[in-house]
Amino acid sequence: MSGYRTPLGRVRGLGAAKHGVGGFIAQRVSAAALVFLTLWGVFAGLHLARADYATAVVWLHAPANAILLALLIGVGVFHMRIGMAEIIVDYIERPTTKAALLTLNVFVAWLAGAIGVFSVLKVALSNGIY
Amino acid sequence: MSEAPIGAAAPKPAARPMSPYVTVWRWHLTMAVSIGHRATGVALYVGALILVGWAVSLAAGPGAYDLFRLVLGSILGKLVLIGITFSLFFHLANGVRHLVWDFGAGFQPKTADMTAVVVVAFAVIATLAVWVAAGMMGALA
Repeated sequence: MSGYRTPLGRVRGLGAAKHGVGGFIAQRVSAAALVFLTLWGVFAGLHLARADYATAVVWLHAPANAILLALLIGVGVFHMRIGMAEIIVDYIERPTTKAALLTLNVFVAWLAGAIGVFSVLKVALSNGIY
Repeated sequence: MSEAPIGAAAPKPAARPMSPYVTVWRWHLTMAVSIGHRATGVALYVGALILVGWAVSLAAGPGAYDLFRLVLGSILGKLVLIGITFSLFFHLANGVRHLVWDFGAGFQPKTADMTAVVVVAFAVIATLAVWVAAGMMGALA
């Protein structure tokens, strides 16, 4: 039946994740960005550890801080979504459970990213302290 | 290749090595670090949600922000943050180790053991450094 299919055609889509190397490459590209973004995040966290509300708002008004924090959140949730999906396809065998968890993972990651980036923009673009 | 005659009793097999699974596996460093990469990744999933929570509290106003700082500044909050700091540095260092592997380098057992030690040492030292720095800045009071 599949005698005319090429070897590549026969193996496509058979992996645990049912797709090719897209996630693999995206995981590594986002990892490279996160090396720098998370190190910046640690320094920012140290700076903000003792900051009260007004200081934190002033800090986030700086465009560089707002852009880097939005990137950290956005690239972070992108990277963690792929990693968690990898864990789910590795350990969860039942197709319905697997599909449900993969869907939940996508929802949580994108929702967290949208809420996080919106919050950053709301503070960064607002006029002063309210 | 000689084959046993059909119908002959199969010779009793000698004691064979068991197929390795986690409960009979002798733990070694590279294995522990590999599992640690996943575990810290899951911890950072929670850490990312906490980071988003910080941004939300800041956007919500002074009351929410002060409450968020109170929760993170509690003993339990600090313990969670120390765990996330360690997870971040562990996952970061081991992630770089993975990126080097992607270029085909560092797979020799001795090299892999050595880089695993570096990952753990870096994670412990960097975590200590950040929290000592936070203490010296008066951020832990």
